[in-house]
Amino acid sequence: MLYPRYNFKFLEETKVSSVYEQLGGQPAIDAAVDIFYRKVLSDDLISGFFEDVDMDKQIGKQKAFLTMAFGGPNNYTGADMRKAHAHLVARGLNDSHFDAVAGHLSATLQELNVPQNLIDQVMAIAGSTRNDVLGR
Amino acid sequence: MPTITYSGRAYAGGDGETVLETLLRHGEEISNSCRAGACQSCLLRAAAGSVPPVAQYGLKPTLIEQGYFLSCVCRPEQDLVLEPAGGLEVPAVITALERLTPTVLRARIRTESALDYRSGQYITLRRDDGLARSYSLASLPDEDGLELHIRRAPQGRMSGWLFEEAREGQSMSVRGPAGDCFYTGGNPDQPLLLAGTGTGLAPLAGICRDAVRQGHRGPIHLYHGALRPEGLYLRDELLEITRANPNVQYTPVVLHGEGEGITTGELDKAIAADHPKLSGWRGFVCGDPAIVRMLKKKLFLAGMGSKEIFADAFIEAVCS
Repeated sequence: MLYPRYNFKFLEETKVSSVYEQLGGQPAIDAAVDIFYRKVLSDDLISGFFEDVDMDKQIGKQKAFLTMAFGGPNNYTGADMRKAHAHLVARGLNDSHFDAVAGHLSATLQELNVPQNLIDQVMAIAGSTRNDVLGR
Repeated sequence: MPTITYSGRAYAGGDGETVLETLLRHGEEISNSCRAGACQSCLLRAAAGSVPPVAQYGLKPTLIEQGYFLSCVCRPEQDLVLEPAGGLEVPAVITALERLTPTVLRARIRTESALDYRSGQYITLRRDDGLARSYSLASLPDEDGLELHIRRAPQGRMSGWLFEEAREGQSMSVRGPAGDCFYTGGNPDQPLLLAGTGTGLAPLAGICRDAVRQGHRGPIHLYHGALRPEGLYLRDELLEITRANPNVQYTPVVLHGEGEGITTGELDKAIAADHPKLSGWRGFVCGDPAIVRMLKKKLFLAGMGSKEIFADAFIEAVCS
């Protein structure tokens, strides 16, 4: 397979349940998505990329992303990530924007009092998408 | 390419074409209006073959089970045998037409059998020749007849006809209701924010009255935006509701001009000035699609939960 799927073998191998399960599954996603997306939309550095998009559709996409980043069930592939962000890369999406979104994700989890070791795991998964998101 | 058979006549579908486009291209007369899967004017039934799920989005389970689908958003992946969606329309008659402003007409419609609907949902009104348009319901289900607010659209065929030619007693037909922008009980103390422009007031007034009727106790704040004071309407009736129900507040907002009891400025700024924090609120936004999209975002950024925002963006008819 050309692109990796983001389901993390090390979680299975070490018999550790995924962050997604430890956080409580879908309700955790629901709790996080509004806080996360609100931070993203309020950040002038990146909000321009979301200017004319439909909010309901975006919320759906953010949920899918968070489920993936939490190590939950997902079918994301690197190819999907590239395709979904290609038009944004063409508009100048770069590392600074990726870092900003990652920062909002981390802050969201802190706001929800998620333990630091779980936050670290989520950030590792999110960080592993960087090259695909930025089309490198 | 899949073959589309409609009322016994077989047509080859075009590349990436919707069922509606294929049928219109071959000269079939199919009612349609929004071409975005919202108004349900173009409803057809598949007697054989299955349609992509997106073509049945928003339809009642009972309709989906019978094979009904929206032809304007159906790009078929297999051969289909189709028939018109008969039997879903209720005969109706116009009982009153009243100009509220030079560009807003209030129509009252009585259906032959009672329509099971919620205030704020919309119906599709159909003329005998097939011309169809969707309008939101400002009335309450237990009232006699349906109340619609018709905006006079530039070169609008239905609205122009309703303004100039239609008379009381005119027979029509009604299909629906559809839409999920309406009041639901279960949280009578939650503050509600209702905001919209133009005839977006129709569903909002319906939702407001429905909430009051169902004994809503929390604050209800209705904002109606217009370009100028002349664009505001229904003011006396809304003020009457606020007098009878201290928890209801009504704020008319105009972009240009001024008047007593009217706020001048942008609608979203007027809302933000009164309610900078909206966490815990529920919102209903209706009317012009660009304004609806903008308001949804503003309410969300002010703290309203994404699941608490209900919207009905009025989609312009694109043709026939």
